[in-house]
Amino acid sequence: MALEIQQYTHLIDQVNAQERVARLFSRSIKKESKMQALHLALSMIDLTTLEGKDSEGKVKQLCYKASHLHDKYPGLPNVAAICVYPNMVPIAKKSLDGTGINVASVATAFPSGMADIKAKLEEVKSVVDAGADEVDMVISRGKFLSGNYGYVSDEISQVKEACGKAHLKVILETGELVTLDNVRLASDIAMEAGADFIKTSTGKISPAATPPVVLTMLEAVRDFQTKTGKKIGMKPAGGIGTAKQAIQYLVMIKETLGSEWLSPDLFRFGASSLANDILMQIMKQTTGQYQSKDYFSID
Amino acid sequence: MSERINIQKTYKLYIGGKFPRTESGRYIKWADKKNSTVVNICRGSRKDFRNAMVSARGAVSGWSSRTAYNRAQILYRVGEMLEGRRDQFMAELTLQGLSKKQAEKEINQSIDRLIYYAGWADKFQQIFSRVNPVSLPYFNFTSTEATGVVAAIAPDDSSLLGLVSIIAPVIAGGNSIVIMASESFPLCSISFGEVLYTSDVPGGVINILTGYRSELIDHFSSHMDVNAIIYCGDNEDDKKLVEMNAALNVKHVIQFPVQDWAKDQHQSPYHILKCQETKTTWHPIGV
Repeated sequence: MALEIQQYTHLIDQVNAQERVARLFSRSIKKESKMQALHLALSMIDLTTLEGKDSEGKVKQLCYKASHLHDKYPGLPNVAAICVYPNMVPIAKKSLDGTGINVASVATAFPSGMADIKAKLEEVKSVVDAGADEVDMVISRGKFLSGNYGYVSDEISQVKEACGKAHLKVILETGELVTLDNVRLASDIAMEAGADFIKTSTGKISPAATPPVVLTMLEAVRDFQTKTGKKIGMKPAGGIGTAKQAIQYLVMIKETLGSEWLSPDLFRFGASSLANDILMQIMKQTTGQYQSKDYFSID
Repeated sequence: MSERINIQKTYKLYIGGKFPRTESGRYIKWADKKNSTVVNICRGSRKDFRNAMVSARGAVSGWSSRTAYNRAQILYRVGEMLEGRRDQFMAELTLQGLSKKQAEKEINQSIDRLIYYAGWADKFQQIFSRVNPVSLPYFNFTSTEATGVVAAIAPDDSSLLGLVSIIAPVIAGGNSIVIMASESFPLCSISFGEVLYTSDVPGGVINILTGYRSELIDHFSSHMDVNAIIYCGDNEDDKKLVEMNAALNVKHVIQFPVQDWAKDQHQSPYHILKCQETKTTWHPIGV
Protein backbone atom coordinates (compact mmCIF):
# COMPACT_ATOMS: atom_id res chain seq x y z
CA MET A 1 0.00 0.00 0.00
CA ALA A 2 1.94 3.01 -1.22
CA LEU A 3 0.54 6.18 0.25
CA GLU A 4 0.61 9.33 -1.74
CA ILE A 5 2.36 11.64 0.66
CA GLN A 6 2.16 15.26 -0.15
CA GLN A 7 5.42 16.80 0.88
CA TYR A 8 5.44 19.33 3.70
CA THR A 9 1.76 19.89 4.21
CA HIS A 10 2.65 21.49 7.51
CA LEU A 11 5.51 23.91 7.72
CA ILE A 12 6.77 24.47 11.23
CA ASP A 13 7.55 27.92 12.52
CA GLN A 14 10.79 27.22 14.33
CA VAL A 15 10.94 30.47 16.28
CA ASN A 16 7.39 30.02 17.43
CA ALA A 17 8.05 26.42 18.47
CA GLN A 18 11.03 27.49 20.56
CA GLU A 19 9.12 30.30 22.20
CA ARG A 20 6.16 28.10 22.99
CA VAL A 21 8.46 25.51 24.53
CA ALA A 22 10.20 28.18 26.63
CA ARG A 23 6.86 29.42 27.89
CA LEU A 24 5.55 25.95 28.75
CA PHE A 25 8.80 25.02 30.47
CA SER A 26 8.75 28.06 32.70
CA ARG A 27 5.71 26.74 34.50
CA SER A 28 6.32 25.83 38.11
CA ILE A 29 4.90 22.57 39.47
CA LYS A 30 5.17 22.27 43.24
CA LYS A 31 4.27 20.16 46.26
CA GLU A 32 1.38 17.69 45.76
CA SER A 33 1.15 18.33 42.03
CA LYS A 34 4.88 17.71 41.76
CA MET A 35 4.63 14.43 43.67
CA GLN A 36 1.76 13.36 41.44
CA ALA A 37 3.72 14.26 38.34
CA LEU A 38 6.78 12.37 39.58
CA HIS A 39 4.75 9.22 40.24
CA LEU A 40 3.11 9.52 36.83
CA ALA A 41 6.45 10.02 35.11
CA LEU A 42 7.82 6.87 36.79
CA SER A 43 4.92 4.83 35.47
CA MET A 44 5.66 6.12 31.95
CA ILE A 45 9.29 5.07 31.79
CA ASP A 46 10.56 2.53 29.31
CA LEU A 47 13.58 1.49 31.37
CA THR A 48 16.18 1.05 28.70
CA THR A 49 19.49 -0.66 28.21
CA LEU A 50 20.82 -0.65 24.67
CA GLU A 51 24.55 -1.19 24.91
CA GLY A 52 26.77 -3.55 23.00
CA LYS A 53 28.07 -4.75 26.36
CA ASP A 54 24.64 -5.66 27.77
CA SER A 55 24.72 -9.00 29.54
CA GLU A 56 22.15 -11.39 30.91
CA GLY A 57 22.92 -10.17 34.41
CA LYS A 58 22.48 -6.53 33.47
CA VAL A 59 19.07 -7.21 31.89
CA LYS A 60 17.93 -9.29 34.86
CA GLN A 61 18.99 -6.56 37.25
CA LEU A 62 17.13 -3.95 35.20
CA CYS A 63 14.01 -6.14 35.15
CA TYR A 64 14.18 -6.47 38.92
CA LYS A 65 14.51 -2.74 39.22
CA ALA A 66 11.48 -2.23 36.98
CA SER A 67 9.16 -3.62 39.62
CA HIS A 68 11.19 -2.68 42.71
CA LEU A 69 12.10 0.92 42.03
CA HIS A 70 12.90 1.82 45.62
CA ASP A 71 11.62 -0.66 48.17
CA LYS A 72 12.34 1.73 51.02
CA TYR A 73 9.46 3.84 49.79
CA PRO A 74 6.27 1.82 49.40
CA GLY A 75 3.52 2.69 46.96
CA LEU A 76 5.65 3.46 43.95
CA PRO A 77 4.33 2.40 40.55
CA ASN A 78 6.18 0.02 38.26
CA VAL A 79 7.72 1.38 35.09
CA ALA A 80 5.77 0.79 31.88
CA ALA A 81 8.23 -1.40 30.05
CA ILE A 82 11.77 -2.65 29.72
CA CYS A 83 13.45 -1.84 26.42
CA VAL A 84 16.25 -4.16 25.27
CA TYR A 85 18.02 -5.56 22.22
CA PRO A 86 16.34 -8.54 20.47
CA ASN A 87 18.58 -11.27 21.90
CA MET A 88 17.70 -10.13 25.43
CA VAL A 89 13.92 -10.43 24.92
CA PRO A 90 13.58 -14.02 26.26
CA ILE A 91 15.58 -13.15 29.38
CA ALA A 92 13.52 -10.01 30.00
CA LYS A 93 10.27 -11.83 29.34
CA LYS A 94 11.13 -14.51 31.87
CA SER A 95 12.35 -12.05 34.48
CA LEU A 96 9.22 -9.89 34.19
CA ASP A 97 6.78 -12.78 34.32
CA GLY A 98 3.77 -11.87 36.44
CA THR A 99 4.71 -8.21 36.94
CA GLY A 100 2.50 -6.81 34.19
CA ILE A 101 5.49 -4.89 32.82
CA ASN A 102 5.85 -4.99 29.07
CA VAL A 103 8.92 -6.05 27.18
CA ALA A 104 9.86 -3.74 24.34
CA SER A 105 12.52 -4.68 21.86
CA VAL A 106 14.27 -2.56 19.30
CA ALA A 107 14.29 -4.15 15.87
CA THR A 108 14.85 -3.42 12.15
CA ALA A 109 18.63 -3.17 12.37
CA PHE A 110 18.58 -0.70 15.25
CA PRO A 111 20.05 1.92 15.47
CA SER A 112 21.06 2.53 11.84
CA GLY A 113 18.24 0.73 10.06
CA MET A 114 20.72 -0.16 7.34
CA ALA A 115 19.48 -3.61 6.34
CA ASP A 116 17.18 -4.88 3.65
CA ILE A 117 13.49 -5.13 4.34
CA LYS A 118 13.50 -8.92 4.43
CA ALA A 119 16.02 -9.06 7.24
CA LYS A 120 14.13 -6.37 9.12
CA LEU A 121 10.82 -8.20 8.90
CA GLU A 122 12.41 -11.43 10.04
CA GLU A 123 13.92 -9.66 13.02
CA VAL A 124 10.55 -8.18 13.94
CA LYS A 125 8.80 -11.54 13.69
CA SER A 126 11.44 -13.22 15.77
CA VAL A 127 11.23 -10.69 18.62
CA VAL A 128 7.44 -10.91 18.61
CA ASP A 129 7.69 -14.72 18.70
CA ALA A 130 10.12 -14.41 21.59
CA GLY A 131 7.44 -12.53 23.49
CA ALA A 132 8.06 -8.83 22.91
CA ASP A 133 4.92 -6.81 23.64
CA GLU A 134 6.25 -3.73 21.91
CA VAL A 135 8.55 -3.25 18.96
CA ASP A 136 10.65 -0.12 18.48
CA MET A 137 11.61 0.21 14.80
CA VAL A 138 13.82 2.80 13.13
CA ILE A 139 12.86 4.46 9.84
CA SER A 140 15.26 4.52 6.90
CA ARG A 141 16.55 8.04 7.28
CA GLY A 142 18.65 7.83 4.11
CA LYS A 143 15.57 7.04 2.04
CA PHE A 144 13.58 9.73 3.79
CA LEU A 145 16.18 12.44 3.26
CA SER A 146 16.53 11.52 -0.41
CA GLY A 147 12.78 12.06 -0.79
CA ASN A 148 11.74 8.42 -1.13
CA TYR A 149 8.78 8.82 1.23
CA GLY A 150 6.87 5.96 -0.38
CA TYR A 151 9.63 3.55 0.65
CA VAL A 152 9.60 4.77 4.24
CA SER A 153 5.83 4.49 4.41
CA ASP A 154 5.74 1.00 2.87
CA GLU A 155 8.43 -0.20 5.23
CA ILE A 156 6.50 0.94 8.28
CA SER A 157 3.28 -0.71 7.05
CA GLN A 158 5.08 -3.98 6.47
CA VAL A 159 6.71 -3.90 9.88
CA LYS A 160 3.35 -3.11 11.43
CA GLU A 161 1.92 -6.16 9.75
CA ALA A 162 4.82 -8.30 10.97
CA CYS A 163 4.22 -7.03 14.53
CA GLY A 164 0.84 -8.69 14.75
CA LYS A 165 -0.54 -7.91 18.19
CA ALA A 166 2.60 -6.19 19.40
CA HIS A 167 2.56 -2.43 19.61
CA LEU A 168 4.71 -0.62 17.09
CA LYS A 169 6.78 2.40 18.02
CA VAL A 170 8.38 4.18 15.10
CA ILE A 171 11.68 5.91 15.81
CA LEU A 172 12.18 8.91 13.55
CA GLU A 173 15.74 9.62 14.73
CA THR A 174 15.05 13.33 14.60
CA GLY A 175 18.70 14.21 15.15
CA GLU A 176 19.32 13.09 11.58
CA LEU A 177 16.24 14.70 10.07
CA VAL A 178 17.76 18.17 10.49
CA THR A 179 14.65 20.35 10.25
CA LEU A 180 11.37 20.52 12.14
CA ASP A 181 9.55 20.39 8.79
CA ASN A 182 11.11 16.98 8.22
CA VAL A 183 10.16 15.87 11.73
CA ARG A 184 6.54 16.80 11.05
CA LEU A 185 6.51 15.06 7.70
CA ALA A 186 8.10 11.89 9.10
CA SER A 187 5.58 11.89 11.97
CA ASP A 188 2.71 12.15 9.51
CA ILE A 189 4.11 9.36 7.35
CA ALA A 190 4.62 7.08 10.36
CA MET A 191 1.12 7.63 11.72
CA GLU A 192 -0.52 7.18 8.32
CA ALA A 193 1.43 3.95 7.84
CA GLY A 194 0.18 2.42 11.10
CA ALA A 195 2.47 3.42 13.98
CA ASP A 196 0.95 3.01 17.44
CA PHE A 197 3.60 5.30 18.90
CA ILE A 198 6.02 7.75 17.37
CA LYS A 199 9.38 8.07 19.07
CA THR A 200 12.03 10.75 18.72
CA SER A 201 15.36 9.01 18.84
CA THR A 202 17.49 5.95 19.26
CA GLY A 203 19.60 7.63 21.92
CA LYS A 204 22.69 6.93 19.82
CA ILE A 205 22.69 10.24 17.94
CA SER A 206 23.02 13.73 19.33
CA PRO A 207 20.83 15.79 19.49
CA ALA A 208 18.20 13.33 20.69
CA ALA A 209 14.84 14.46 22.07
CA THR A 210 14.89 18.25 22.02
CA PRO A 211 11.84 20.15 23.27
CA PRO A 212 10.90 21.79 19.92
CA VAL A 213 11.08 18.38 18.21
CA VAL A 214 8.82 16.83 20.83
CA LEU A 215 6.36 19.71 20.52
CA THR A 216 6.30 19.32 16.74
CA MET A 217 5.56 15.61 17.06
CA LEU A 218 2.86 16.18 19.66
CA GLU A 219 1.17 18.67 17.35
CA ALA A 220 1.31 16.10 14.57
CA VAL A 221 -0.36 13.58 16.90
CA ARG A 222 -3.04 16.14 17.75
CA ASP A 223 -3.76 16.93 14.09
CA PHE A 224 -3.86 13.23 13.24
CA GLN A 225 -6.46 12.66 15.93
CA THR A 226 -8.56 15.56 14.66
CA LYS A 227 -8.36 14.14 11.14
CA THR A 228 -8.88 10.43 11.82
CA GLY A 229 -10.06 10.09 15.41
CA LYS A 230 -7.14 7.77 16.20
CA LYS A 231 -4.99 8.31 19.26
CA ILE A 232 -1.33 7.80 18.61
CA GLY A 233 1.19 7.59 21.45
CA MET A 234 4.39 9.56 21.82
CA LYS A 235 7.78 8.60 23.22
CA PRO A 236 10.63 11.06 23.60
CA ALA A 237 13.90 9.22 24.16
CA GLY A 238 17.52 10.15 24.68
CA GLY A 239 18.84 12.98 26.79
CA ILE A 240 16.00 12.98 29.31
CA GLY A 241 17.81 12.39 32.56
CA THR A 242 16.23 14.66 35.14
CA ALA A 243 12.91 14.80 36.96
CA LYS A 244 12.66 18.45 36.03
CA GLN A 245 12.79 17.66 32.31
CA ALA A 246 10.22 14.91 32.74
CA ILE A 247 7.78 17.28 34.44
CA GLN A 248 8.35 19.87 31.73
CA TYR A 249 7.38 17.29 29.12
CA LEU A 250 4.26 16.37 31.08
CA VAL A 251 3.24 20.02 30.99
CA MET A 252 3.85 20.05 27.27
CA ILE A 253 1.64 16.99 26.63
CA LYS A 254 -1.14 18.28 28.84
CA GLU A 255 -1.17 21.60 27.02
CA THR A 256 -0.89 20.11 23.54
CA LEU A 257 -2.95 16.93 23.72
CA GLY A 258 -4.93 17.12 26.94
CA SER A 259 -5.16 14.93 30.03
CA GLU A 260 -6.00 11.81 28.07
CA TRP A 261 -2.39 11.52 26.98
CA LEU A 262 -1.15 11.67 30.57
CA SER A 263 -1.08 7.89 30.69
CA PRO A 264 1.51 5.19 30.01
CA ASP A 265 -0.81 3.93 27.26
CA LEU A 266 -0.16 7.04 25.23
CA PHE A 267 3.05 8.53 26.53
CA ARG A 268 6.42 7.05 27.44
CA PHE A 269 9.89 8.22 28.33
CA GLY A 270 12.75 6.26 26.85
CA ALA A 271 15.41 6.60 29.51
CA SER A 272 17.91 4.83 31.70
CA SER A 273 19.02 7.34 34.33
CA LEU A 274 15.70 9.21 34.61
CA ALA A 275 14.14 6.75 37.07
CA ASN A 276 16.81 7.34 39.72
CA ASP A 277 16.60 11.09 39.41
CA ILE A 278 12.83 10.97 39.89
CA LEU A 279 13.25 8.65 42.87
CA MET A 280 15.74 11.07 44.40
CA GLN A 281 13.24 13.89 43.93
CA ILE A 282 10.45 11.87 45.53
CA MET A 283 12.66 11.10 48.52
CA LYS A 284 13.66 14.75 48.75
CA GLN A 285 10.00 15.77 48.84
CA THR A 286 9.32 13.14 51.47
CA THR A 287 12.29 13.51 53.79
CA GLY A 288 13.26 17.13 53.14
CA GLN A 289 16.85 16.16 52.48
CA TYR A 290 18.63 16.29 49.16
CA GLN A 291 19.54 12.78 48.12
CA SER A 292 22.61 11.01 46.83
CA LYS A 293 22.92 8.40 44.08
CA ASP A 294 24.80 6.28 46.62
CA TYR A 295 21.50 5.23 48.18
CA PHE A 296 19.68 4.11 45.03
CA SER A 297 20.18 1.02 42.93
CA ILE A 298 22.51 1.31 39.97
CA ASP A 299 20.71 1.89 36.67
CA MET B 1 32.59 65.68 27.93
CA SER B 2 30.55 64.58 30.91
CA GLU B 3 32.28 63.09 33.94
CA ARG B 4 32.96 59.38 33.70
CA ILE B 5 31.08 57.04 36.03
CA ASN B 6 33.02 54.11 37.44
CA ILE B 7 31.71 50.68 36.56
CA GLN B 8 31.14 48.67 39.72
CA LYS B 9 31.49 44.93 39.91
CA THR B 10 28.37 42.84 40.42
CA TYR B 11 29.15 40.28 43.11
CA LYS B 12 27.65 36.99 42.03
CA LEU B 13 28.16 33.37 43.06
CA TYR B 14 30.79 30.95 41.74
CA ILE B 15 29.23 27.61 40.77
CA GLY B 16 30.51 25.06 38.29
CA GLY B 17 33.13 27.42 36.86
CA LYS B 18 30.53 30.08 36.14
CA PHE B 19 29.35 33.21 37.90
CA PRO B 20 25.57 32.96 38.17
CA ARG B 21 23.39 35.28 40.22
CA THR B 22 21.46 33.56 42.99
CA GLU B 23 18.45 31.78 41.52
CA SER B 24 16.36 33.28 44.32
CA GLY B 25 16.97 36.82 43.12
CA ARG B 26 17.61 37.90 46.71
CA TYR B 27 20.37 40.23 47.82
CA ILE B 28 21.98 41.34 51.04
CA LYS B 29 23.07 44.93 51.30
CA TRP B 30 26.65 45.07 52.49
CA ALA B 31 28.17 48.42 53.44
CA ASP B 32 31.57 49.40 54.75
CA LYS B 33 31.87 51.09 58.12
CA LYS B 34 31.67 54.61 56.74
CA ASN B 35 28.71 53.60 54.59
CA SER B 36 30.56 55.12 51.65
CA THR B 37 30.46 51.92 49.60
CA VAL B 38 27.41 49.73 49.35
CA VAL B 39 27.55 46.34 47.66
CA ASN B 40 24.75 43.93 46.86
CA ILE B 41 25.82 40.44 47.86
CA CYS B 42 23.91 37.43 46.59
CA ARG B 43 21.82 35.81 49.29
CA GLY B 44 22.39 32.21 48.22
CA SER B 45 19.48 29.83 48.54
CA ARG B 46 19.16 26.10 49.10
CA LYS B 47 18.68 25.70 45.37
CA ASP B 48 21.96 27.48 44.71
CA PHE B 49 23.53 25.01 47.12
CA ARG B 50 21.84 22.11 45.36
CA ASN B 51 23.15 23.31 41.99
CA ALA B 52 26.62 23.73 43.44
CA MET B 53 26.45 20.18 44.79
CA VAL B 54 25.57 18.82 41.37
CA SER B 55 28.62 20.64 39.94
CA ALA B 56 30.85 19.45 42.75
CA ARG B 57 29.73 15.82 42.39
CA GLY B 58 30.28 16.00 38.65
CA ALA B 59 33.79 17.39 39.07
CA VAL B 60 35.12 15.15 41.81
CA SER B 61 35.97 12.04 39.80
CA GLY B 62 37.97 13.98 37.22
CA TRP B 63 39.77 16.01 39.86
CA SER B 64 40.63 13.11 42.13
CA SER B 65 41.95 11.04 39.23
CA ARG B 66 44.36 13.72 38.08
CA THR B 67 47.93 13.11 39.06
CA ALA B 68 48.89 14.51 42.43
CA TYR B 69 51.63 16.45 40.66
CA ASN B 70 49.09 18.14 38.40
CA ARG B 71 46.96 19.15 41.37
CA ALA B 72 50.09 20.64 42.91
CA GLN B 73 50.77 22.61 39.74
CA ILE B 74 47.24 23.97 39.67
CA LEU B 75 47.32 25.00 43.33
CA TYR B 76 50.60 26.78 42.67
CA ARG B 77 48.94 28.49 39.73
CA VAL B 78 46.15 29.74 42.01
CA GLY B 79 48.85 31.29 44.15
CA GLU B 80 50.38 32.95 41.08
CA MET B 81 47.05 34.38 40.02
CA LEU B 82 46.33 35.70 43.49
CA GLU B 83 49.71 37.43 43.50
CA GLY B 84 48.77 39.15 40.23
CA ARG B 85 45.54 40.50 41.65
CA ARG B 86 47.05 41.89 44.81
CA ASP B 87 45.67 45.42 44.28
CA GLN B 88 42.10 44.25 43.96
CA PHE B 89 42.28 42.26 47.19
CA MET B 90 44.04 45.14 48.93
CA ALA B 91 41.13 47.39 48.04
CA GLU B 92 38.53 44.88 49.20
CA LEU B 93 40.28 44.01 52.44
CA THR B 94 40.74 47.64 53.41
CA LEU B 95 37.15 48.36 52.53
CA GLN B 96 36.21 45.56 54.92
CA GLY B 97 38.05 47.31 57.72
CA LEU B 98 41.66 46.11 57.67
CA SER B 99 44.55 48.55 57.68
CA LYS B 100 46.80 48.53 54.65
CA LYS B 101 49.46 46.70 56.61
CA GLN B 102 47.02 44.05 57.87
CA ALA B 103 45.59 43.62 54.37
CA GLU B 104 49.02 43.12 52.88
CA LYS B 105 49.83 40.53 55.51
CA GLU B 106 46.58 38.67 54.86
CA ILE B 107 47.23 38.55 51.11
CA ASN B 108 50.81 37.41 51.59
CA GLN B 109 49.76 34.67 53.94
CA SER B 110 46.96 33.54 51.65
CA ILE B 111 49.37 33.19 48.75
CA ASP B 112 51.92 31.43 50.93
CA ARG B 113 49.25 29.05 52.18
CA LEU B 114 48.32 28.09 48.65
CA ILE B 115 51.97 27.45 47.84
CA TYR B 116 52.33 25.48 51.07
CA TYR B 117 49.50 23.11 50.13
CA ALA B 118 50.69 22.99 46.51
CA GLY B 119 53.90 21.59 47.92
CA TRP B 120 52.09 18.99 49.99
CA ALA B 121 49.67 17.95 47.22
CA ASP B 122 52.01 15.32 45.80
CA LYS B 123 53.70 14.39 49.07
CA PHE B 124 51.07 13.75 51.71
CA GLN B 125 50.16 10.33 50.28
CA GLN B 126 53.69 9.08 50.88
CA ILE B 127 53.59 10.27 54.48
CA PHE B 128 50.14 8.94 55.31
CA SER B 129 50.25 5.65 53.42
CA ARG B 130 51.98 2.68 54.97
CA VAL B 131 52.80 -0.99 54.89
CA ASN B 132 51.25 -2.81 57.82
CA PRO B 133 52.93 -5.76 59.57
CA VAL B 134 50.66 -8.80 59.52
CA SER B 135 51.46 -12.35 60.55
CA LEU B 136 49.77 -13.96 57.58
CA PRO B 137 51.01 -14.51 54.03
CA TYR B 138 49.71 -11.16 52.86
CA PHE B 139 51.28 -7.95 51.75
CA ASN B 140 49.15 -5.47 53.65
CA PHE B 141 49.19 -1.81 52.81
CA THR B 142 47.12 1.29 53.45
CA SER B 143 46.76 4.27 51.17
CA THR B 144 44.74 7.48 51.16
CA GLU B 145 41.92 8.44 48.82
CA ALA B 146 39.83 11.59 48.46
CA THR B 147 36.66 11.54 50.55
CA GLY B 148 34.54 13.08 47.78
CA VAL B 149 32.42 16.20 48.02
CA VAL B 150 33.09 18.46 50.99
CA ALA B 151 30.66 21.13 52.15
CA ALA B 152 32.19 23.88 54.25
CA ILE B 153 31.10 26.87 56.29
CA ALA B 154 34.10 29.20 56.08
CA PRO B 155 35.46 31.22 59.01
CA ASP B 156 33.37 34.33 59.44
CA ASP B 157 36.06 36.65 60.73
CA SER B 158 38.58 36.20 57.94
CA SER B 159 37.56 37.23 54.44
CA LEU B 160 40.40 35.72 52.41
CA LEU B 161 42.86 33.80 54.55
CA GLY B 162 40.15 31.80 56.31
CA LEU B 163 38.58 30.88 52.99
CA VAL B 164 41.90 29.84 51.45
CA SER B 165 42.93 27.89 54.55
CA ILE B 166 39.82 25.74 54.27
CA ILE B 167 39.76 25.30 50.49
CA ALA B 168 43.43 24.55 49.83
CA PRO B 169 43.88 21.35 51.88
CA VAL B 170 40.53 19.99 50.72
CA ILE B 171 41.31 20.27 47.03
CA ALA B 172 44.97 19.33 47.46
CA GLY B 173 43.58 15.98 48.59
CA GLY B 174 41.52 15.52 45.42
CA ASN B 175 38.12 16.46 46.83
CA SER B 176 35.70 19.00 45.45
CA ILE B 177 34.17 21.62 47.71
CA VAL B 178 31.11 23.80 48.12
CA ILE B 179 31.96 26.59 50.54
CA MET B 180 29.83 29.20 52.20
CA ALA B 181 31.90 32.36 52.38
CA SER B 182 32.20 34.68 55.37
CA GLU B 183 28.88 36.35 56.03
CA SER B 184 30.38 39.43 57.67
CA PHE B 185 33.20 39.95 55.13
CA PRO B 186 32.02 38.43 51.86
CA LEU B 187 33.80 40.59 49.28
CA CYS B 188 37.03 38.62 48.78
CA SER B 189 35.28 35.30 48.28
CA ILE B 190 33.79 36.02 44.88
CA SER B 191 36.95 37.80 43.75
CA PHE B 192 38.79 34.65 44.77
CA GLY B 193 36.38 32.82 42.44
CA GLU B 194 37.76 35.03 39.66
CA VAL B 195 41.26 33.95 40.62
CA LEU B 196 40.20 30.31 40.44
CA TYR B 197 38.52 30.88 37.11
CA THR B 198 41.83 31.95 35.59
CA SER B 199 43.98 29.28 37.16
CA ASP B 200 43.14 25.92 35.56
CA VAL B 201 41.04 24.68 38.47
CA PRO B 202 38.34 22.73 36.61
CA GLY B 203 34.83 24.18 36.96
CA GLY B 204 32.90 22.56 39.79
CA VAL B 205 35.92 21.60 41.90
CA ILE B 206 35.50 24.76 43.99
CA ASN B 207 32.09 26.39 44.36
CA ILE B 208 31.58 29.51 46.44
CA LEU B 209 28.28 30.74 47.84
CA THR B 210 27.49 33.88 49.80
CA GLY B 211 24.52 34.57 52.06
CA TYR B 212 23.29 33.83 55.55
CA ARG B 213 24.91 30.80 57.15
CA SER B 214 21.93 30.37 59.49
CA GLU B 215 19.74 29.84 56.43
CA LEU B 216 21.93 27.28 54.70
CA ILE B 217 23.70 25.39 57.45
CA ASP B 218 20.85 22.90 57.76
CA HIS B 219 21.02 22.07 54.04
CA PHE B 220 24.82 21.98 54.01
CA SER B 221 24.87 19.39 56.75
CA SER B 222 21.82 17.32 55.77
CA HIS B 223 22.45 16.89 52.01
CA MET B 224 22.92 13.17 51.48
CA ASP B 225 25.50 13.64 48.73
CA VAL B 226 27.92 15.52 50.99
CA ASN B 227 30.71 13.24 52.22
CA ALA B 228 32.32 15.58 54.74
CA ILE B 229 31.26 18.80 56.40
CA ILE B 230 33.58 21.48 57.74
CA TYR B 231 32.18 23.96 60.21
CA CYS B 232 34.14 26.99 61.35
CA GLY B 233 32.71 28.87 64.29
CA ASP B 234 31.75 28.77 67.94
CA ASN B 235 27.95 28.73 67.80
CA GLU B 236 26.95 25.75 69.95
CA ASP B 237 23.54 25.34 68.31
CA ASP B 238 25.11 25.27 64.87
CA LYS B 239 27.72 22.76 65.95
CA LYS B 240 25.05 20.49 67.37
CA LEU B 241 22.90 20.78 64.24
CA VAL B 242 25.86 19.88 62.05
CA GLU B 243 26.64 16.82 64.16
CA MET B 244 23.02 15.66 64.16
CA ASN B 245 22.50 16.13 60.44
CA ALA B 246 25.84 14.53 59.61
CA ALA B 247 24.60 11.34 61.23
CA LEU B 248 22.03 10.93 58.44
CA ASN B 249 24.63 9.56 56.06
CA VAL B 250 27.64 9.41 58.37
CA LYS B 251 29.47 12.42 56.99
CA HIS B 252 32.87 13.26 58.38
CA VAL B 253 32.49 16.26 60.65
CA ILE B 254 35.41 18.63 60.94
CA GLN B 255 35.04 21.63 63.20
CA PHE B 256 37.36 24.58 63.69
CA PRO B 257 36.84 27.08 66.50
CA VAL B 258 37.21 30.79 65.91
CA GLN B 259 40.98 31.10 65.65
CA ASP B 260 43.69 33.28 64.21
CA TRP B 261 44.25 31.61 60.84
CA ALA B 262 47.44 33.60 60.40
CA LYS B 263 49.28 31.34 62.83
CA ASP B 264 51.57 28.76 61.30
CA GLN B 265 50.02 25.96 63.32
CA HIS B 266 46.86 26.28 61.21
CA GLN B 267 48.57 24.99 58.14
CA SER B 268 49.44 21.34 58.24
CA PRO B 269 49.39 18.19 56.12
CA TYR B 270 47.07 16.81 58.79
CA HIS B 271 44.43 19.20 57.46
CA ILE B 272 44.64 17.35 54.15
CA LEU B 273 44.28 14.04 55.97
CA LYS B 274 41.00 15.22 57.53
CA CYS B 275 39.28 14.83 54.16
CA GLN B 276 40.86 11.54 53.16
CA GLU B 277 39.65 7.97 53.36
CA THR B 278 42.11 5.22 54.09
CA LYS B 279 42.00 2.08 52.04
CA THR B 280 43.71 -1.06 53.27
CA THR B 281 44.54 -3.82 50.82
CA TRP B 282 45.36 -7.43 51.68
CA HIS B 283 47.40 -8.84 48.83
CA PRO B 284 48.23 -12.58 48.99
CA ILE B 285 51.89 -13.49 48.72
CA GLY B 286 53.66 -16.78 48.26
CA VAL B 287 50.80 -18.53 46.43
